[in-house]
Amino acid sequence: MKLSGWGRYPIVNAQSMSFEAMEELPEILSQTGEFIVHAMGRSYGDSALNRQVIATRRYNKLIGFDPQNGMVTCESGVTLAELIDIFLPRGWFLSVTPGTKLISVGGAVAGDVHGKNHHTAGCFSSCVESFELMIADGRVLSCSRTENRELFLATCGGMGLTGIILTVRLKLKPVKSAYIRETIVRCRNLEEVFGAFQQHRSTTYSVAWIDCLAKGPHMGRSILMLGENADTGRRRLPKARRMSIPVDFPGSCLNRYTIRLFNELYYRSHPSYVENRLVPLEPFFYPLDQIANWNRMYGRGGFTQYQLVLPLNASFEGLTEILTRIAETGLGSFLAVLKLFGPENDNYLSFPMEGYTLALDFKIEKRLFPFLDELDRIVLCHGGRLYLTKDVRMQPEIFQQGYPRHQRFAALRARYGLGKFNSLQSKRLGV
Amino acid sequence: MNLLILGANSDVAFALARQFAETEHADLWLASRDVGMLEKKARDITVRYGVKTHTCFFDAQNHESHQAFYGDLNPRPDGVIITFGHLGDQPAAQKDFGEALRIFETNFIGAASILEVIAADFERRGHGLIIGISSVAGERGRQSNYLYGAAKGAFTIYLSGLRNRLSRRGVTVMTVLPGFIRTKMTETLDLPEKLTASPEEVAIDIYRAYRNKKDIVYTRWFWRWIMLVIRLIPETIFKRLRL
Repeated sequence: MKLSGWGRYPIVNAQSMSFEAMEELPEILSQTGEFIVHAMGRSYGDSALNRQVIATRRYNKLIGFDPQNGMVTCESGVTLAELIDIFLPRGWFLSVTPGTKLISVGGAVAGDVHGKNHHTAGCFSSCVESFELMIADGRVLSCSRTENRELFLATCGGMGLTGIILTVRLKLKPVKSAYIRETIVRCRNLEEVFGAFQQHRSTTYSVAWIDCLAKGPHMGRSILMLGENADTGRRRLPKARRMSIPVDFPGSCLNRYTIRLFNELYYRSHPSYVENRLVPLEPFFYPLDQIANWNRMYGRGGFTQYQLVLPLNASFEGLTEILTRIAETGLGSFLAVLKLFGPENDNYLSFPMEGYTLALDFKIEKRLFPFLDELDRIVLCHGGRLYLTKDVRMQPEIFQQGYPRHQRFAALRARYGLGKFNSLQSKRLGV
Repeated sequence: MNLLILGANSDVAFALARQFAETEHADLWLASRDVGMLEKKARDITVRYGVKTHTCFFDAQNHESHQAFYGDLNPRPDGVIITFGHLGDQPAAQKDFGEALRIFETNFIGAASILEVIAADFERRGHGLIIGISSVAGERGRQSNYLYGAAKGAFTIYLSGLRNRLSRRGVTVMTVLPGFIRTKMTETLDLPEKLTASPEEVAIDIYRAYRNKKDIVYTRWFWRWIMLVIRLIPETIFKRLRL
């Protein structure tokens, strides 16, 4: 069957094998060739792609829930959306959630995904108590911060290259309502938004939309969105309006003029300051989930998301350089996001480090990859790195220099004999 | 509602179980041959929706056991969904009649056997719901799967007769005619992406049809029109097609 990531580039012919009980896995793994787990297909690039993939969509049972402490035990194919549907009405929410809920728990662990509260709560792995992992020889190992610690650190953020994540124990956080108290601050340039991020460091949730095409004195103008879980409001979500993009847009719909126009309108549509308004949690965390197949907006050729992080002391200088280059070339997108991360964790390949992260969508076109190579050099010069969950084209040197623990990761893979787990990405990067 | 799902390990059955547990708060009897897997599914449904679930062993091909199987259920169900089926291997079944027999026994004879027991009980009690999952393959025979099609076609006719018998006794009988569904049964087949539904979509269609008191439902809806066209092709032409 034809398979691709969320960016719809590349598209590969893959054989997909699903399983419902872990007892079925050793037989699949005994076949020749390489495997990578493919769950919801929401990672953007080629990290969940290979000739043979193991589908977890039927491995999706809840095993237990402790209403005393919010501990959920589930199989790795359960989605975050399902957890929200079931547990939010009972007063529990995900401690860490990325910008889409349409991903599996296993995918969240493998990408060690982050959300708007990274600076206060860390990555997804910080709410993971333990999990069971099947390695290439069919053995099942229990991993936590105390048991098989190295495998735990390698698997969280390990992009599925350490084995098949089976059951996961993760902790939800208690909430009083399904609503968020949102504050919006409009910032006129990069300096202002940096100041605002610093000032609101203790706010639980924060993220900024940034106009990546604004130049000169407006460079880095942003809308900073801040939030706290509300104390009032119902626990049930209001019924969301759903839209869908039914067909591929022609690729030419997105060009520097339409994007510049959108960005201008979007920036101006926000008042300069709004404080503590009550909004439902869904549009706050998952604005794009309400538009089914929004990836079709980028046309048939697909798109990629470029997400970088720079260390705190180099962030301002580096981002200035990068935003200037983007505005100059006019390659850019209306979905550009800026966020201040908290401290880095111990996982071998987790992306976040203390500093600013910028995420941009780009339509795939001929001149894009040379341009991104140029941005890569700026990122590397400032000691930053790129996010593996989004990547589809990074060169091995960029990966190796960005992730200093990559050797430890490779050594662990060799020690446990995990060479059977490979994706197109891991082969490209020589992980 | 106390709902009995036969063949509850199929992907469609599991989606239906979740659907009825969520929206009808139905307590469930899940029955199939693999009780170990059923228990996992039962626990999942209990954690999700807080309904009562029971599991039990059921073998569609073992007709003698059906009376006793149904007699042992306590409390008695007031609804039943027949979801078991066996796609089989058409070329293999053409060479080995044992395989053909398995296809007939699972898809039709086993279903008729247990439904006779249940129908008698529902008729006596004067209420009940019977949902049978047949297939669009039973609408016209094709060389690629006519043995499966014949068994499902027989099941469709059986259900229509049962509906006729029970309609004035307060018992609802619904026939479900699904097209392609992405399940473990069809995993190895190369199905057309646009015509293939997920088990969850099928479960929602079936639940809606039940709420709207439909007798026959095609799922996805377009199969009604596809099958209409297929039924209308004259046999002189149809026999030459490679289907």
